[in-house]
Amino acid sequence: MLQYTQKRVNGIQDLERKLNELGYRVGIRALDLLVWRDKNSKRETRVLGMLYFIHTTVWKTMFGKQADSLEKSTENEDEYMISDNDPMVSKFISIPKDVSQLNCGAFMAGIVEAIMDGCQFPSRVTAHTVPIDGFPLRTTILIKLDREVLDREEQLK
Amino acid sequence: MNATHSSSSSGGSGIGSGPLGYGNTPTCYFVMIGTKDNPIYEAEFPAVNTARSSSGGATIPEAKKEEFRHLNQFIAHSALDMVEDIQWSTNQMYLKAIDKFNERFISAYLTAGNIKLLLLHDAKSEDAIRNFFNDCYELYIKTLLNPFYEPNSIISSAAFDTKVRLSAKRYL
Repeated sequence: MLQYTQKRVNGIQDLERKLNELGYRVGIRALDLLVWRDKNSKRETRVLGMLYFIHTTVWKTMFGKQADSLEKSTENEDEYMISDNDPMVSKFISIPKDVSQLNCGAFMAGIVEAIMDGCQFPSRVTAHTVPIDGFPLRTTILIKLDREVLDREEQLK
Repeated sequence: MNATHSSSSSGGSGIGSGPLGYGNTPTCYFVMIGTKDNPIYEAEFPAVNTARSSSGGATIPEAKKEEFRHLNQFIAHSALDMVEDIQWSTNQMYLKAIDKFNERFISAYLTAGNIKLLLLHDAKSEDAIRNFFNDCYELYIKTLLNPFYEPNSIISSAAFDTKVRLSAKRYL
């Protein structure tokens, strides 16, 4: 899949965007499928519930384990982060030096973005690599919610 | 779609032959609406309703059935507003009967991907409708999984249509 996209783009930004789009298509389908399989599940209406759902259920079905952490950013009200110490997607990809900025987690970011959009929490989702001791591939997915989501949360409280 | 009964209900419906009265129409109207308020799929099912003999108190005497088919779409769309209101107050997927129009009820079911399934019907058991909605949701998911299906676009597959009608026959 990576080679396919690589042939068709010029530039890293573009590559990440394409991976994001592919992830998006997966995400929309994953959302309905997972909710259906979890027979008694209800829809998510709150941000935190939604993020928790992604963090556990989605990650578990896709990658076999839960995501490693779910954090709320202290600087901005509307940012949340989901981290994975060992993303399966990037496991077997070695990145040559000239494209060192590339993060194949863009695919995972696309999935997350699709799920957020599907539940009416429009947001911008991006993937970043933040290596830590012992986990050189640690990827963090940053979720920045749109203004209207926050307003709605306020109203619902 | 023909009305199976032609009971001569209230007067004033003397315009001509043909199906009379709104209360006689046994059809249920089912529509699936995407995230941008675009209809993805719609269908009408003639339902077999046992207690129909004296629906003589038809409220709108002179309208013919054909007019009400257009009206169905309007009714469904106005119900959308109600759905959006309720949507944030509960995290249930099946939102029972959210609206009423003349004698008909409108039930809604909201999927995880925010697709709205609306059903216009006469009084029916909630369980039956819930089962029907669940079936339709399952069919929708199967359609969605098709990589050639663009989410939020019209479902034109004949197989989907057949299955929906079968399910309607079973539950409605």
